[in-house]
Order: sequence, then structure tokens, then C-alpha cells
Amino acid sequence: MSIFVDGNTRVLVQGITGSAGRFHAEQMRAYGTKVVAGVTPGRGGTRFQEETPIYDTVEGAVRDTGADAAAIFVPAPFAADAIIESAEAGVSLVVAITEGIPILDMVKVRRYLADRPHTRLIGPNCPGVITPGQCKIGIMPGHIHLPGRIGVVSRSGTLTYEAVLQLTQLGLGQSTAIGIGGDPVHGTDFIDCLSRFEADPGTEAVILIGEIGGTEEEKAAAYVKREMKKPVVGFIAGRTAPPGRRMGHAGAVISGGSGTAEAKIAAMREAGIEVCEGPHLIGQAVKDRLARRPGRARH
Amino acid sequence: MKIHEYQAKGILRKYGVAVPRGELATTPSEAEKAAQELGGEVAVVKAQIHAGGRGKGGGVQLARSPQEARRHAEAMFGMMLRTPQTGPLGQRVRKVYVEEGCRIARELYLGMTLDRESGRIAAMASREGGMDIEEVAKETPERILKESIDPLIGLCAFQVRRMAFGLGLSGACANAFATFATGLYAAYVSTDAALAEVNPLAVTQSGEVIALDAKMNFDDNALYRHPELAAMRDSDEENPRELAARENDLSYIALDGDIGCMVNGAGLAMATIDIIKLAGGQPANFLDVGGGADEQRVGAAVKILLSDPQVKAVLVNIFGGIMKCDVIANGLVSAARQVGLTAPLVVRLEGTNVRLGKDILAASGLAIIPADDLGDAARKAVAAARAGADRGGERK
Repeated sequence: MSIFVDGNTRVLVQGITGSAGRFHAEQMRAYGTKVVAGVTPGRGGTRFQEETPIYDTVEGAVRDTGADAAAIFVPAPFAADAIIESAEAGVSLVVAITEGIPILDMVKVRRYLADRPHTRLIGPNCPGVITPGQCKIGIMPGHIHLPGRIGVVSRSGTLTYEAVLQLTQLGLGQSTAIGIGGDPVHGTDFIDCLSRFEADPGTEAVILIGEIGGTEEEKAAAYVKREMKKPVVGFIAGRTAPPGRRMGHAGAVISGGSGTAEAKIAAMREAGIEVCEGPHLIGQAVKDRLARRPGRARH
Repeated sequence: MKIHEYQAKGILRKYGVAVPRGELATTPSEAEKAAQELGGEVAVVKAQIHAGGRGKGGGVQLARSPQEARRHAEAMFGMMLRTPQTGPLGQRVRKVYVEEGCRIARELYLGMTLDRESGRIAAMASREGGMDIEEVAKETPERILKESIDPLIGLCAFQVRRMAFGLGLSGACANAFATFATGLYAAYVSTDAALAEVNPLAVTQSGEVIALDAKMNFDDNALYRHPELAAMRDSDEENPRELAARENDLSYIALDGDIGCMVNGAGLAMATIDIIKLAGGQPANFLDVGGGADEQRVGAAVKILLSDPQVKAVLVNIFGGIMKCDVIANGLVSAARQVGLTAPLVVRLEGTNVRLGKDILAASGLAIIPADDLGDAARKAVAAARAGADRGGERK
């Protein structure tokens, strides 16, 4: 089992003829993802690598191919429009990989999506979502993943890979791994993922990787305490970051004493989440935590 | 991106926000002339640096004559102005803004910024003018009036009235506040601001509502559609390595330790800094080369790191998902050959083509210390920096 995507997910790629879109569409297909269509305005009627049909509009692609998920690689100035186009066409999962979308564009997108509960947005500025062995939508390296029972959710891309690799090296596979993105205004949040992992019979434990800025980790911790029975292992990046500086991710700023790593770690520990001291300890912490579960054999 | 007070006021004026008359001066005689031209009983001479709290460090002075304005400017030019936001070294004053004084009846606060929780712009007002809003939020949160703005509708008149009445304004004053707040929101959305803050906002004895200070920051992601704002960037206010990094499309932040770091991905870069501290070391910087870095960008990053005289060791931590490890290795080797390896380089590579990358590093003949994983890399970097510091000690 898995969350959000599986072997039946039918993916269209917006911006499939750009360099990033082309490269990753190919990688996704090589991984086994059902890439059923591409969208590039003005290139309708042609084919991607002589196989996948390209459309001028998302609407056309959905009508002809039954695509239910979109991967967005269009450049930042046009990305907000691309998200809305997919939502209007009835796509239920929109994964926005694009980095650098203006914040006010995302403010409008989020307001727009509030009235469209049928569409889930992951990202932007994220690595995407993968259910190992079944479906990869995004830019993560497929080969480090292993099918299994650990759910991973993170605000950071490469830090997700780091955690996944450690799991895989320890023989612990992943049910689904999601990067929700480093921007301050984004779609799917930690709680959306945690609630789905809790309900997913294929997920046994969850890794939650946060970073400084905002209060999403604190809210996630409160949710874990209130609703979750599955074990959660966590890590917070940016413990030693100077206040007021933006650390690469636009969302990673500590301002006015809120959003600090200390506050997040304290809230997570208070909720029973095992918070790792360093990013290199995440995989082992999951393994140890599973070994300690009473009356359960490890997988 | 940050700009100076005088620039922020120039922008606000265009959107109908009331600001005092003022002129920029880069020499004491320009300051004197500006005060002369403004006339009036009192002028205010204000140091222009990208940090708040200037008054506390002597960066804001009243002048009762043009001569006095000149003397204040003389004292400010070239001084290292220290405020709670500049750090211990302070920031050099290169420009002053000379502004007409006004008779203040009340000092208020009005600011707009992104509320991450709602994903909307929030307007915040308070009666505690001159205080940091963060301070007010902590001590007396009930005194902050907050309005969440629907991006599809904009700031509504009733919301502005609610703030005005909440601040205890009435009549003509409330109307002036409405014009002011509406203009501030228009400026915010038209410029893709990340912050627009007027603190203090003065109500004068004659009932005007006017911005005594003004601060605007802009969303870096949106600067491409505002070339006129991008041109306002003041390179003098930035660390030279941060500047060089931006020119190469690298995300770099100077810190004060001695281990230079180069990482791909912001989250991993933050975590790398954390793990260095955990291992007992001090990072010299945050540097994210990004997901799509090529040989040239990696090379530029190495050069920037090695140009920091504080750096005693460099830690390279790359998880090559999309970036291939052999490309990274080639960039490292050619840059190290060009500038000379002045500090030991600890390299941890993982991911696509990792074997190829490690072979390139090993075959280079350079003093590169390979590391197996993140923990190992941090320990080796800390040890190398300590050894470097000891060597430095012997030379003295």
C-alpha cells in the first residue's frame, strides 16, 4: 500500500519539451511511472520520444488520456498558471517541482485551491512524491529507493534522499516518500501526509523531516500526539542557523523568536516523536524504534 | 532583497502614502544644503544602512540648523554604526537621508507581511509605535490589530476602518489613515514585497498621518518582473562573498566559523552546518549550489569558499540525485588546481555515478580527504580545521 500515488496513477507532464521536463519525464518513464501525456502550448499533435502524445492544453490531455496527476516543470513565471490549468482540468494530484515561483502568485493559487478540494497540490519547490517500485513523480533519484513500509515526509529534497538512502542501506523500504517543498506558501502539508500514513495499512512508521521557519512542525507534533499510533521519527534542519537570514529555502527564516529549531524539537519530543540529533542518525533511529515495539516482528 | 529607508519612502510616495519631504546626501555639504532647502525648524539626519535600531547607535540625529545637519552628517559618514541588528562590527555609513521634522502627537505601527499559516498577506497595526512588532507580539499580543487580506479581493475599506478605530483614530485622522493603509497595500502587491513596515507611523499635531520610518523587503523570486527594484540593490551593504555567490547563482550566507561548506540542497546544507556544530566545529558559511549545478558553478563555489581567510578546512557534501558525482568531482579538481588548495578539502559524495566521482578525486593527486558518510565527513572536517588552526598558531 501507499499514499497519493501507486502503479495506477496516470501522469501528464507540463513543460515536457523543456530541458528539465524532458529529462525527468524520461527518468520517470524509465522508473516505470505511467507517463501518459505531455503538455506544451504550441506543440500539440507531436510526440515525446515518438511515443507519449503532446497536447496544447491540459484539458485536452486529460480528455484523451485520462491523466489524473500532473508533474509541473514549467519555468517559475508561468508555473502558477500551470497549476491552475491542471486544477481546472480536473487533475486530482498536481505536483509542482518548479523552484522560484513568486510568493504572491502562490498566495493566489492557494486561495484558488481552497475552493477546489478535489485537487491536491504537492509543492512547489519540491522533489515530488514516490511510491517505490510503482510510481515516481518528481526529480528524486529512483535507484536509492526500496519498496517497503516506512513513510517519509520532508520539506527538503536532498535531506529526503539522505534519509531514504539510510533506510534502504538498512534494508528498510519505503511505502511513499513525499517532499512537500521549501516555500512558505505551498499545498500539501505535514498533517495531510501524516493522516494518510496513519490510515495506510502499508505504512508501519513515519519519518518527519522539518526545518526552521513557520510553525508547521509544531502543528504536526500536536497532530501526532492527538491522532497517531504509529511511531514517528523526526529531524529538524537549521538548529544552528542565524536568526533573520533566509537559508536557501524562502520559507527557512527564523523571525521574531518563532520558527526556531528548539521550539520545534521541544514540541516534537513532547508529542513522543523521536528527534535525531544529526541527519546521519535518521535511518538507525527508525530501525531502533521498530525493534523496540512490543509484540511486533520486524520486517 | 532589502533596500534603504529613502528608497522605500520614494516607492511609498508613488502609491499615495504620506511621507515627509527629504533628500539623500553623500557628503556633509550635501546634507547642509538639503537641510537648507527643506527649511523648517528641525531636520532629521538619518544614517542609511540595511539594519533597524539605528537611533540606538547614534544613527538618527535632530538638527536645528543646516550647520548642525552638516556636523551630524560629518560624524556619521564613515562611522561603523552598531545596532542590535548589525552584529558586533557594525555597518559602515555611506549615505544619510535628511528629512523635515514634524510635530508628533502619537506614534503608531502599521506593517504588512505574509502570514504563512493562512497563506495570505496580513496587515498588522498597533498603538506601540517605535517598538519592534515581534516584541509587542511576545509581550502583549492582544494589542496587535490584525487583518487577513483575501488576495482575490484586496484590503477592504471596512478592514481599514476596523484598524483605524482600534487605534483610537477618528474623523479626518481615520480618513488619512485609510488613505495611508490602502496605499501601503497597493505598494506591497504592486512591488511583490515581502515586508512593508512603517514604524513609527506618526499622527502629527495637525492631524496628518505620516511615515516617520519605512522599511520594505522584496520577494527575490519576483524581482525578474521588477527591474527598477532590482536596480536599487546596494552592493555596499552585502558581504563580498555573498555578492560573488549571487552572481554565480549560488545561495551563500556568511557565518563566523572556520569550516567552509558546500552542499546541494538547502535542507541538506542546513543539516550539514548542524552536524559540523554537533561534531564540535564552527561552520564558516551556508552554501547551497542548487540541484542543477554544473562544473563551472561548483568551481565558482570552491573559489568563494577558499577566498575566506577564516576558512581552515572545507567540507563538500553532495548527494547527487540529478547532479552527477563525476561532474562535481571534475569541478572540484579543476577549481582546486586553478586557485591552489589553501585548506584541506573533505569530500563526501553520494548518489549517481559515485564511483566515477571518487576515482576522479583520487586520481587528481590533490590533498582531498574522502569521507564515507555524513557523520564521517563532519568528524574529518573538524579534525582538519583544528590541525589547520594549530599550524596557523605555530607560524606566529
